[in-house]
Amino acid sequence: MGVILDVTDLHIEFHDHGFPEVAVEDFDLMLEEGEIVGIVGESGSGKSMSALAIAGLLSRHSITKTGRIMFNGDDLLTCDRKTLRSYQGDEISMIFQEPMTSLNPVKRIGWQVEESLFIHHPDIDKKKRKEMAIEMMLAVGLSDAENIYHMYPHELSGGMRQRVMIAAAMIGNPKILIADEPTTALDVTVQAQIVELLKKINKERGTSIIFISHDLSLVNQLCERVIVMQKGNIVESGATERVFGAPQDIYTKKLIAAIPKIDIGN
Amino acid sequence: MRNKCAEVIKKIKKDPYMCAGVIITVIILLMIVVGLFWMPYEPTKMSASEKLKGISFKHIMGTDNMGRDVFSRVMYGSRVTFLIALGTVFIGAFMGTLIGALTGYYGGLFDEITMRVIDAMFAFPSILLALVIVSVFGTGWIQLLFSLGIAFIPSFARIVRGEVLRCRNTDYVESAKLQGVSDVRMIFVHILPNIKGVLASSILIGFNNAVLAEAGLSYLGVGSQPPYASLGKMLSDAQQYMFTTPSYCLCPGLVIVLMVLGFSFLGEGIRRWE
Repeated sequence: MGVILDVTDLHIEFHDHGFPEVAVEDFDLMLEEGEIVGIVGESGSGKSMSALAIAGLLSRHSITKTGRIMFNGDDLLTCDRKTLRSYQGDEISMIFQEPMTSLNPVKRIGWQVEESLFIHHPDIDKKKRKEMAIEMMLAVGLSDAENIYHMYPHELSGGMRQRVMIAAAMIGNPKILIADEPTTALDVTVQAQIVELLKKINKERGTSIIFISHDLSLVNQLCERVIVMQKGNIVESGATERVFGAPQDIYTKKLIAAIPKIDIGN
Repeated sequence: MRNKCAEVIKKIKKDPYMCAGVIITVIILLMIVVGLFWMPYEPTKMSASEKLKGISFKHIMGTDNMGRDVFSRVMYGSRVTFLIALGTVFIGAFMGTLIGALTGYYGGLFDEITMRVIDAMFAFPSILLALVIVSVFGTGWIQLLFSLGIAFIPSFARIVRGEVLRCRNTDYVESAKLQGVSDVRMIFVHILPNIKGVLASSILIGFNNAVLAEAGLSYLGVGSQPPYASLGKMLSDAQQYMFTTPSYCLCPGLVIVLMVLGFSFLGEGIRRWE
């Protein structure tokens, strides 16, 4: 299996307050095809920042970014906007933490699921687009896809909206799916369903997933490899079993010790 | 479809503002539309024997100082006023939305410069600004329309810019960006539909201001030229006969009030729609 995303020495700095503030330092990530990598860490540890950089969403002028994010032979940090845009949504997709606000409130669900097809594959006609959208919606577990296709976001629950977001992200069959705390805003049973869904997508379509979370037990369930971040630095990385079984770094040990355990009494 | 219509009518009936707005506006529009095909008298036809008559069955709004039928002139004049107001709002809203959306979305230096120009335009009352433009380009209703239109751009630009700024940082815009949506598509397909409610009610308010501004400017004599009428022009002609023939100035005045009131109520109704 080949490496599809290679991030080296990613360094992100803000200049909003006169002095430089480092958000991410020396971030390295090799993502292989079909792999699920977890990034864990507390709030402000730079995990979302790194993900946004990979997704090409950090384009504000007051931010300096150095390092390289190689995808498909292009450096996503320095390539022109057109190239970047041609990857966004088609090759690299992202789902967000907040499904309640991530959908446009005045557009129908179907329209939003189809959007990236419409942009990246204008040759596909309307009927075919609808077919693909409904197929995708069924695949992410929206069983009433025909009806939901014509609904507005406010008519759906949080879990359903997150499924819609995943459908919209997956419709172009991207190589990489970045999931930025996709389950944080959902209740526990729905969380488990979403994680199962991500697993299924990974297995059936071979999509590589970068799963960002502060929920270690979810990462443990889902990911083959995990990166632990603290204050913008990677403190530990490796196979999930190794990191969780025999943590090397003090911070990782503390994190793992903090997972609530249920002793069922056997 | 029929069900939906019934639902809308029910909703209109429930809201007194919407109800009043719809009724008044329909009356005014009816008067304008009927005036296109039929008027009781030719609005420019003078009659020496019927000067400054009061309200009667023959002339339901009386006659003016040249013996012309006031009702016919009001029908004609409200058409002119309505068209000028409509054109003004169209120019103002179209250009204002374009400017507001671009400055709000892109920000930066472009935004700063454009908004300072808009601020400078704001510093003058819009009627004064329109007066200046009219005095440069000459009088006439087309000049009036364009000068009012330009004078109305800043307020729309302001409103739209604020709303776009609010939408620009929402999650759904971010996630659309991630799908590779281009800037133009983002602004016009993703963001603008979200501000259409605000835009709709500011268009109605803008329409009212345009009616009043047109009346004011015509009153000053820069609008439509005699013998043709607009409501403001009629008012200014009528003021010297205010005490001898009150119907002459009251009737056009009343129609201006109704026109503005109707659209104000509609605007309020739309604002409270959801």
